Amino acid sequence: MATEGSVLQLPQRLPWYSPTRLRNLGTLIFKEYPVVWLTILFLVLVFPALTADFTAPHDPLKQQLSKRLTPPVWDQGNPDKPGTWTNILGTDKQGRDILSRIMHGSRISLMVSLSALAIGGTIGTTLGLVSGYFGRWVDHLIMRVVDTFLALPLILMALVIVAVFGPSFYTAIGVISVLLWSRYTRQIRAEVLSIKALDFVARARVAGCSNLRIIVKHVFPNVVNTLIVLATLQVGTVILLEATLSFLGAGIPRPNPAWGVMVADGRDHIASAWWIAVMPGLAIMFVVLSMNMMGDWLRDKLDPKLRQV
Amino acid sequence: MEQDVLLRATDLTKYFPVTKGLVLQKIIGWVQAVDHINFTIRRGETLALVGESGCGKTTTAKLILRLERPTTGQISLENSDVHQMEGEELKQYHTDVQAVFQDPWSSLSPRMRVRDIISEALVVNQKVTKVEAYDRVDYLLTQVGLRTQQSTLYPHEFSGGQRQRLALAAALVGNPKLICLDEPVSALDVSIQAQIINLLKDLQESFGVGYLLVAHNLATVRYLANEVAVMYLGEIVEQAETNELYDNTLHPYTKALFSAALTANPDSQREEIILRGEVPSPINPPSGCRFHVRCPYAMDICSQEIPVRKEMAPGHFVNCHLY
Amino acid sequence: MTTQSEVYQEPEKNIGDVVLDVKDLRTYLYTRWGITKAVDGLNFQVREGETLGIVGESGCGKSMTALTLLRLAPKPAARIVSGEIWLDGENILERPENEMRFVRGQKISMILQDPMTSLNPVFTVGNQMVEALGMYYQEEQQRGLRERAVDILRRMGVAAPERRVHDFPHQMSGGMKQRVVGAMAIAGTPRVLICDEPTTALDVTIQAQYLRLLKQVQAESGVSIIFITHDMGVVAKMCDRVLVMYAGRVVEQGEIRTLFKNPSHPYTKALMASVPSMEEKHVDKLYSIEGQPPALFDLPVGCRFANRCEFVTDKCLEAYPSSFSDDQGHTADCWLLEGQSEWHKVAEAAV
Repeated sequence: MATEGSVLQLPQRLPWYSPTRLRNLGTLIFKEYPVVWLTILFLVLVFPALTADFTAPHDPLKQQLSKRLTPPVWDQGNPDKPGTWTNILGTDKQGRDILSRIMHGSRISLMVSLSALAIGGTIGTTLGLVSGYFGRWVDHLIMRVVDTFLALPLILMALVIVAVFGPSFYTAIGVISVLLWSRYTRQIRAEVLSIKALDFVARARVAGCSNLRIIVKHVFPNVVNTLIVLATLQVGTVILLEATLSFLGAGIPRPNPAWGVMVADGRDHIASAWWIAVMPGLAIMFVVLSMNMMGDWLRDKLDPKLRQV
Repeated sequence: MEQDVLLRATDLTKYFPVTKGLVLQKIIGWVQAVDHINFTIRRGETLALVGESGCGKTTTAKLILRLERPTTGQISLENSDVHQMEGEELKQYHTDVQAVFQDPWSSLSPRMRVRDIISEALVVNQKVTKVEAYDRVDYLLTQVGLRTQQSTLYPHEFSGGQRQRLALAAALVGNPKLICLDEPVSALDVSIQAQIINLLKDLQESFGVGYLLVAHNLATVRYLANEVAVMYLGEIVEQAETNELYDNTLHPYTKALFSAALTANPDSQREEIILRGEVPSPINPPSGCRFHVRCPYAMDICSQEIPVRKEMAPGHFVNCHLY
Repeated sequence: MTTQSEVYQEPEKNIGDVVLDVKDLRTYLYTRWGITKAVDGLNFQVREGETLGIVGESGCGKSMTALTLLRLAPKPAARIVSGEIWLDGENILERPENEMRFVRGQKISMILQDPMTSLNPVFTVGNQMVEALGMYYQEEQQRGLRERAVDILRRMGVAAPERRVHDFPHQMSGGMKQRVVGAMAIAGTPRVLICDEPTTALDVTIQAQYLRLLKQVQAESGVSIIFITHDMGVVAKMCDRVLVMYAGRVVEQGEIRTLFKNPSHPYTKALMASVPSMEEKHVDKLYSIEGQPPALFDLPVGCRFANRCEFVTDKCLEAYPSSFSDDQGHTADCWLLEGQSEWHKVAEAAV
């Protein structure tokens, strides 16, 4: 490192190719404005979820046994079944188009994750607010329940619940919500505990506000940031959970094109027809990765405690 | 004289239990935060509580604000017991007694607009329309030296001194009779402190509000208070009209406290008393006079008997065996 | 322990040669709002055994000055863009970064405001002191270091230091912790000790104890103290000379008595007038400076106090004032002093 000399004059602007500016450019694209992650999310998740009915090249449920196990378009290795532009990402063993199935699957992923987040988040946040604000035995009671839930083996629990209620779209949402709420409760409660100690809450009590008013008007608005960050980070987890459940046959029932179901279907053919499992797997990976990156970015933006100079 | 009394604290005591064990929560001791204190605040005047951290001055303010319940003793506002109030009477109390806290950065709800923060006590306790409430906000903003256009901003858009002005405006919204000021200027810069001190004084004159001033800066106290009570380990050890107390300190602790306060005068020839040791734990305070372990004039009797309150001059009370 | 306060005598002051000489020091922070000129052209000297006060409001650059003197200004945002810091005949800005640890602690050392954050909560006080001392006395054994630690704690007025070294920080009161922090700061026998608001977190009676202690330590060791504070009372009590900082620059400096008796910069005057006195009955209205200090990343061209100054002239708005000095080393940057007989210009403003 150079010493800080007595007359060190700094240029006003560094040239564009300097490592600092290149690094800043990287920071700008990935961190300051997460263009890349947003693009991936839009292309893989949001756009297909909204428009799959018009834009998907094929019906996701239509079977064409003559076309079964067509590889993706760039795979021309097998002279009997070369990849074709009709089925860009190939077909599965019933001859259904994988691209179309992934596009329709994104809708299921999005709906399951959003509904589960909404339900689990609402329950979890409410309990967290109550637990943190009132303290004492209310807090003890709620937190012990939370601890119990966090100690349960998630997947096994889900399998049991599904075994009782039978697999369906709504069961999947229900199961995931039940598994999610405890995390919100924990995080929100911790936040509330520190907010509760601040003077503005004391001031509200002096002004004669009811507990409900204090929670709704003074405490809740201050945990919204945490909530947004938490929810974004959880979308990835939820999609993974939904995929896992579907993979195990406890999630979305066949023949719906859920990503997890698709991976499960491809399992038997992984040696001969790798694309059946890998393509939906990549979709899951991209979405979860982007969501987590978005979550990190949001946390940096919204959480003043982590904000840098 | 008697009808001038706004608030009276009688035998006010607050002990906090110290517990041990997770399940049984056995009480192993009591923090004697406030111990049998008596004082009155007169209408439109200022009583200051001074003392070091842990002496119970903030707990006293919290008892008045109903943020804590007293263990024994009572506080009465205009002859009705504060901690027995219910319904309409309580709503009236919540507009009559307000607070301004030390830290202007944490005392304003960060996600509310200024006008909603200021009008809150009014909206919650009285039937007012939004228009009436916001009119009142505009009036108060001009009174505390801010502009009415600022009423739709959020607190983070203000500086520390301005935030303390907002806190004052919020406290004044329901034409209160008493405002508890908990170290209202000590978190501010020196040049801003003077602005707020002047403002406090002006507002007291124009609104006729009484102050309970909790502070450790004796110069600020002298400037603002009509009467001063010195607290040590939960007890009031000396109490007098401000100028009387500053000219004639009697209790050894008061003397030490006043001598430790520094003045902006390098040639100050004041006698310097430096106490030994630190404030003992309020869990097991010393027997007799609580100050005797640090007192330079301690006698045998001091460790055995609790000194009684004596009136040395009109209105000048002291709890000490020396007198 | 006796309960009587002993008769106290102010220790003798022996002020020697210049130990620390700071020339045109500038530390800028490169933030997203622009360049924040936290320290903008600082010149001062500290003599051996002397206490120099730096007073100013929050954000005037006094704490950044302290960090710069130790070369601890937060990187990469902060850069020392110019200046020299001559400590004991050596410009420490020319030292490579990895050798700074021989300077910190042994030549220049610091006590911070908050004793809670200066000590590591998971180690005993003794272990932390032994680790610090190990830096300075590398040949010495663990046992010898522990004895030294006890010795230094005793010098900092810690009662029963043999037992206290086994305590964890949370077992101590704030005043006691600040004594331990002080002990660690003087352990390397530094030439200069920077105290950044060391008593703001303490109660007044504990503050009085601590200030007396610092004076005693100074009398024994001849260490020079740079005392950073916003409290005029502490300055009056502790310092021999004072710098008054405003918006990154020193606006006035001088010997303590002249400065308090005859403040010459309008900011200093206003600052002194706005502190209420506890020795007088209250006056009608306190003098108060209206407005706010300027933002350090958006400074005016002229005098930085101009927007709050009641004597402001056109010249003040156009150019930063030159430094004027009288014969006793009392210096102030203000155009009002231009042309007055006892004041002569010593330097053009270099902004």
